Amino acid sequence: MSQPEQRDEVEMLSLMLLIRRFEERASQQYQAQKIGGFCHLYIGQEAVVCGTVAAVRPDDYLITAYRDHAHALARGTSANACMAELFGKATGCSRGLGGSMHYFDREHHMYGGHAIVAAHVPLAVGMAFASKYRAEDRVTLCFFGDGAINQGSFHEALNLAALYKLPVVFICENNLFAMGTSVERSTSLKEIVDRAEGYDIPGTVIDGMNFREVRDKLSGIVGSIRGDPHPAFAEIRTYRYRGHSMSDPASYRTKEQLEKYRLDDPITRLRAQLAREEKLTNEQFDRLDKEAKEIALASVKFAEESPEPPLEKLYDYTYAMEPARPRAQGENSGEANRPGGGPPSKEKASA
Amino acid sequence: MREITYRQALNEALAEELARDPNVFLMGEEVAEYNGAYKVSQGLLERFGPKRIIDTPISENGFAGMGVGAAMVGLRPIIEFMTFSFSFVAFDQVVNNAPNMLTMSGGQFNIPITFRGPNGPAHQLGATHSHATECLYANVPGLKICTPATPRDAKGLLKTAIRDNNPVLVLEVELLYSSKGMVEEEDVELLIPLGEAEVKREGSDVTIICYAQTVPLALAAAETLENEEEISAEVLDLRSIKPLDLETILKSVSKTHRVVIVEQDRPFCGVGAEVSYRIQKEMFDGLDAPILRVAQEDVPMPYNEKLEKAVLPSVEKLIAAVKKVCYA
Ligand SMILES: Cc1ncc(C[n+]2csc(CCOP(=O)(O)OP(=O)(O)O)c2C)c(N)n1
Ligand SMILES: [Mg+2]
Repeated sequence: MSQPEQRDEVEMLSLMLLIRRFEERASQQYQAQKIGGFCHLYIGQEAVVCGTVAAVRPDDYLITAYRDHAHALARGTSANACMAELFGKATGCSRGLGGSMHYFDREHHMYGGHAIVAAHVPLAVGMAFASKYRAEDRVTLCFFGDGAINQGSFHEALNLAALYKLPVVFICENNLFAMGTSVERSTSLKEIVDRAEGYDIPGTVIDGMNFREVRDKLSGIVGSIRGDPHPAFAEIRTYRYRGHSMSDPASYRTKEQLEKYRLDDPITRLRAQLAREEKLTNEQFDRLDKEAKEIALASVKFAEESPEPPLEKLYDYTYAMEPARPRAQGENSGEANRPGGGPPSKEKASA
Repeated sequence: MREITYRQALNEALAEELARDPNVFLMGEEVAEYNGAYKVSQGLLERFGPKRIIDTPISENGFAGMGVGAAMVGLRPIIEFMTFSFSFVAFDQVVNNAPNMLTMSGGQFNIPITFRGPNGPAHQLGATHSHATECLYANVPGLKICTPATPRDAKGLLKTAIRDNNPVLVLEVELLYSSKGMVEEEDVELLIPLGEAEVKREGSDVTIICYAQTVPLALAAAETLENEEEISAEVLDLRSIKPLDLETILKSVSKTHRVVIVEQDRPFCGVGAEVSYRIQKEMFDGLDAPILRVAQEDVPMPYNEKLEKAVLPSVEKLIAAVKKVCYA
C-alpha cells in the first residue's frame, strides 16, 4: 500500500458537519450537567483534522492532545462511543474511564487523547520509531497546540525525531491561544514554524480554515515521508470559536477577531467551493446537515441509555494480566494484550 | 550453576531477551558505543546492531516517552536510565503516561516497557545522585517494581520484567554490580516471578525484612547475631516491592513473631511503613514486640563520608534494632 485514494470531498464535508453538530450537542449536555470534568471543543478547527485525515491512510498512527473529540470522529470512532465516553459510560471509546480528554480507539489507530501539555509528543516519536523499526511505511501524525511548543518534551521529541530520521508529522494547531495566553505572550519567535528549523526539520505553514489546502499540503508532506522516513512540521493556522474549555468565556479576545474567523468558517468555505463547482446543491447540503444532527442527537440517547462501568471492574485495567508471548515483527499487540481482570492477587490485600 | 557477577547476570538477561523477541530493544544514554555507563550492555551493540541498541542524547523525558509510544504500538522497549536519580527528569512519562494508559484507554493500550538502571545511594555521590526511588514509584498504581540483590535474582527478574505486559521498573543496585553469586547455566531458562519474596537465610527468633542494598547488610547482621548474641534471624528478601509478597512475609512472621524492616530508601511513607501496616493488620496478636524499621535518615544525602554513613542503614543499626525487638 502506498498513498491513499483521494477521499470524496462531499463525504469529508459531512464529516466536518458531524464533528460540529456532535460538539454542539456535547456543549448542551455539558450545560445540562450530563458530562463531567473538563470539556474542550474543537468548533472552528474542523478542517485541520479532516484535511489531514483526507491526506493519509487509515492505518497511519494518529495521536493528539485533550481537544480530541474531532480526532476520534475523523478517524472513524462512532459518535455513540464518543458521546458515551463524555457521559462516563461503559460503552464509551475508553470504556468511560478516560473522559473527554482521554479518547482512545485502537481499532481506528487513534492513540489518544493526552492531557498533559506536550507529554504525548515523545510518544509520537516512539510510535514512528516502531514503524521504522518494523520497516513499515506508516506515518505518525502528532497534533498539539501552540501552547505545547514551549515544553521541554516537545523540544526533546523534535530533536530525537530528526536525529533518528523518523516518519512523523508534527502538526501544530495554532489557534492563537493557549487558554488565555496569546502566542505573542508565550513564544519568542514570530513564526511558530521556525521552531522546526532549529532541528533541521522542514516546516510548512498551512491555512487551517481551508480544507483543500490542508489536505493538499499534508498529502505532499506525507507522500515525501513514505518512501524516505523523516520528520516534518506543519503549522496549521486556525481558530477556536468557543472558549478554551466550557468554563471559559474567552474575554481575552475581541468580538472582531472572532467574527473575522467565523466569516472564514471551514464548513461554509468547503460548501461554497463545492457549490461553485456544481458538486453540491443546497438541498444536498441540508440533507447532510440534518443527518449529522440526527446522529449527534441519537448519540445522546445512546449515551444516556448505556450502563455505567461496573464497580467490580475497578481493578481490571490497572495491570495487564496475560503473560507476554513474543510477537512476530509487525504484529499489532491488539487483543493479545487485553487484560484479564482483577489486581495481582497478592496485591488485593489493601484496606 | 556457575559464579558470575551481577553485571554479567543483567547482561545475559538482556542478551537472551533481545535474541528471543525481535520486538525488544534497548535505548538510553551511552548504552551502545560506550557499552553502558556501568557496562551492563557490554557487547550488545556488536551482537544486535544499532537498530536495537540505541544511544540517545541526554533527553530522559524524550526517550522515556519514545519508549511509551513504541510500547503502545507493539514493541517492548527497555529504557535504561543512567541512574534512577535521572528518572526524575522523565517523571511525567514514568508516572503519568506509562502506568495510566491502560486505564485511561479502557483497557486498550497496555504498556509493556521496562525501565531499568542503577538505583539507591552509592558512595558519596551527594544529594542529587543518591536517590533510592522505590517508595516514590511504589505509590503509583500501574507500575511494578522489583529490586534484585543477587546475580541470580537480577537475571531472573529482569527477564520476567521484559516479558511482562506492564511497565516494570527494575531497580538495580549500583553498589552490587561487581558482586558475585551462583546462577544457573546459560542454557537454563531462568525466570523469577515478580511478587515473590525469598528467604535468604532461615532463622527462628526474628524476621529481618530487606531488599536491594540492604540484603547483604541483613545477611551480615544475621551472621553476627548468630555468633555473638545467639539470636537466630530469618532474612527475608522482598525482591519485588510491587506486587508485594505478603504471604511469605506472614509465613515468616508467624514463625518468629518479631520483625525488623531494613530499607534502603527514606522512612516517610516508605516500604517499611507499608509492610508493617500490613503485618499488624493481619496478625496483630501474633507479634511479640513492636515492629521496628531501619531506614535512611530523612534528609538530603550529605556528601561528607561520615555523614553519609550516619544517614544510611548499617549492620550496627540493624543489630541494635534486632536486639531491641528481642529484648536482648
Ligand atoms: C503540563 C501542563 N501544564 C498545564 C496544563 C493546563 N493547560 C491545559 S490546556 C492549556 C493550554 C494549552 O494550549 P494549546 O497547546 O495552545 O492547545 P489548545 O487548548 O489551544 O488546543 C493549559 C495551560 C496542562 N494540561 N499540562
Ligand atoms: Mg492553542
